[in-house]
Amino acid sequence: MPDLGIEVLLKGNNLMRLLAGLGVALKISLIAIGLSIPLGILIGMLVNGKNPIIKGIYRVYLEFIRIMPQLVLLFLVYFGTTRAFGWDLSGETASVFVFTLWGTAEMSDLVRGALISIPKHQYESSAALGLNRSQTYFYVIIPQTVRRLLPLSINLITRMIKTTSLILMIGVVEVLKVAQQIIEANRMSSPNAAFGIYLTVFFLYFIACWPISRLAAYLEKKWR
Amino acid sequence: MEQYLPLYQKAAVLTIRLGILGIVFSILIGLICSFVLYYQIPIIKRIVAIYIEISRNTPLLVQLFFIYYGLPKIGIPTNAEICGIAGLSFLGGSYMTEAFRSGLEAVDKVQLESAESLGMNRFQTMRYVILPQAVSISIPAFMANVIFLLKETSVFSAISLMDLMFTAKDLIGLYYKTTESLFLLVVFYLIILLPISIIGSLLERRVRYAGFGD
Amino acid sequence: MAEELLTIDHLTKQYGENVILNDVSLTVHKGEVVVVVGSSGCGKSTLLRCINALESIQGGEICLQGEKIEQEGKNITALRQKIGMVFQCYELFPHLTVLNNILLAPVKVQKRREEEVKAEAFELLKRVGLEDKADSYPRQLSGGQKQRIAIVRALCMHPDILLFDEVTAALDPEMVREVLDVILELAEQGRTMIIVTHEMQFAKAVADRIIFIDDGKIIENSKPEQFFSHPETERAKQFLNMFEYKRK
Repeated sequence: MPDLGIEVLLKGNNLMRLLAGLGVALKISLIAIGLSIPLGILIGMLVNGKNPIIKGIYRVYLEFIRIMPQLVLLFLVYFGTTRAFGWDLSGETASVFVFTLWGTAEMSDLVRGALISIPKHQYESSAALGLNRSQTYFYVIIPQTVRRLLPLSINLITRMIKTTSLILMIGVVEVLKVAQQIIEANRMSSPNAAFGIYLTVFFLYFIACWPISRLAAYLEKKWR
Repeated sequence: MEQYLPLYQKAAVLTIRLGILGIVFSILIGLICSFVLYYQIPIIKRIVAIYIEISRNTPLLVQLFFIYYGLPKIGIPTNAEICGIAGLSFLGGSYMTEAFRSGLEAVDKVQLESAESLGMNRFQTMRYVILPQAVSISIPAFMANVIFLLKETSVFSAISLMDLMFTAKDLIGLYYKTTESLFLLVVFYLIILLPISIIGSLLERRVRYAGFGD
Repeated sequence: MAEELLTIDHLTKQYGENVILNDVSLTVHKGEVVVVVGSSGCGKSTLLRCINALESIQGGEICLQGEKIEQEGKNITALRQKIGMVFQCYELFPHLTVLNNILLAPVKVQKRREEEVKAEAFELLKRVGLEDKADSYPRQLSGGQKQRIAIVRALCMHPDILLFDEVTAALDPEMVREVLDVILELAEQGRTMIIVTHEMQFAKAVADRIIFIDDGKIIENSKPEQFFSHPETERAKQFLNMFEYKRK
């Protein structure tokens, strides 16, 4: 039975290298999500107002980010900024930038939707009880918004982690790149290692994302 | 810039062709799986649930690498195009399942009971009462999935399919035509995706006016 | 006669060209129960919403104990604390338990001591037969239970006047009774109330005075006995006839 990658995986520190590669992907998505959530909340609340110019600019931003494949956005920032502004962004910086741009768009849309979905009579009964504007937001509206928002923003985290696999394409050494290197290095001794190594990467992503999406599903059910 | 147009046109045709095939298979998988879940068919529903979890919690790029580079090592031959369609269907199937299932479940149970009380059998109930309502409810999620899957085809370039991304990368890497290639890349994706996005929001509005969904 | 608590003076409310309330004047005395009736869309709910400044008004004024109620006024939250209101749709806060729904405004707005309010809340919950529901969430309650909680929540603010806006309209028939019984008890305690309702038997039993509104105007203002047996206007007769069933 020829080796399908298990031996290669256990050889030297190959497994640790793969995990470190996943770590790079996770780090980028966590930084981006950490920036996206506060920015998204801010923008989502801002566009809930009435200013038509802000709304118009926001619409274009949201639609463009949404309609473009994330890989195109990565290319635009990674290759485009060098040409346009002479910046020499590293792949990692470009990735954080793109994921934050994208995450902020998605998050702001979630916030906007959650705020709209609070029924009008919640505001009215707060007023009838004598709560002022800030008390109404603090005790009634925001707690309800957070409940609707939290499962959705957790889902956004898994989407972001999955999307980090794309940064391979702009030269960031993450888990898929490490996998390629390992397979290449052992091409002679274990020509069939690609099967086991890529299967491992597959399950590494699954292990990273699955608990997070279960948590989101659990919260969604609990707070419905 | 005109000299690159034919390259992009060819690439766009490939993107659309593989995208449509992948979406068609996704719809088939989605219909079958959502019926399995709706009718609670024992054992099979567990397999479907596991498939959905795996498909939704792994990136398409990793799925493609495994299918394209991994599977041939255990004797399953693949070519790039089939691999792309298979990967897109594996991913899209679970998204379509969710869209159809939530559509089916959003139809009030009273509808089912009233159809049965009119003497309809299971198939007639599904065909004439549940499905038409479920389809209307699913349309927004369905259209979002179509756009999502077409966007996901952008990773096909990683398994050396000559799609739009591949063409752009080629022009940047080989000829340093960064501005032109990025510009055409954005334009071509807009040409493909914008009409679908507009149709999607029009359909969504019509569904809402028809009083379905809510 | 008891002191004047609420005075409405030539009130006009309109949406654009559409006049909802047309020159409405009404005085409510302390301890009085005023029931407002009229067909759907006649403006009776809007009247309550204007009293609580949930709607802007276009003419006239509303005063509570001589203080003018204005939507943009500085003291509006203070005034609203003196007005308890219960709505038609169950408007409990879904993210808070029953007890916290009741405590929120007295503790956070009126800055009263939590133990004191809690003791009062339990006392009132017991009176409406729901002391075992203190830790439940609104979604675990029936419509009738939610409305009784909403009444307790309003009472805990120690309001000078209570407004009830068709509080039983969305309830199943067997739950209507439990809510109306609570309101009847409040009437016996001498609370000042304005009640909008479609339950004519209840109106007859609870009211000191009946106000009949038609097309945005008060066209009858009389004792219940008189209103139900000898309505003065043709419109009121037609309205009351809708509640009679006869085989032709």
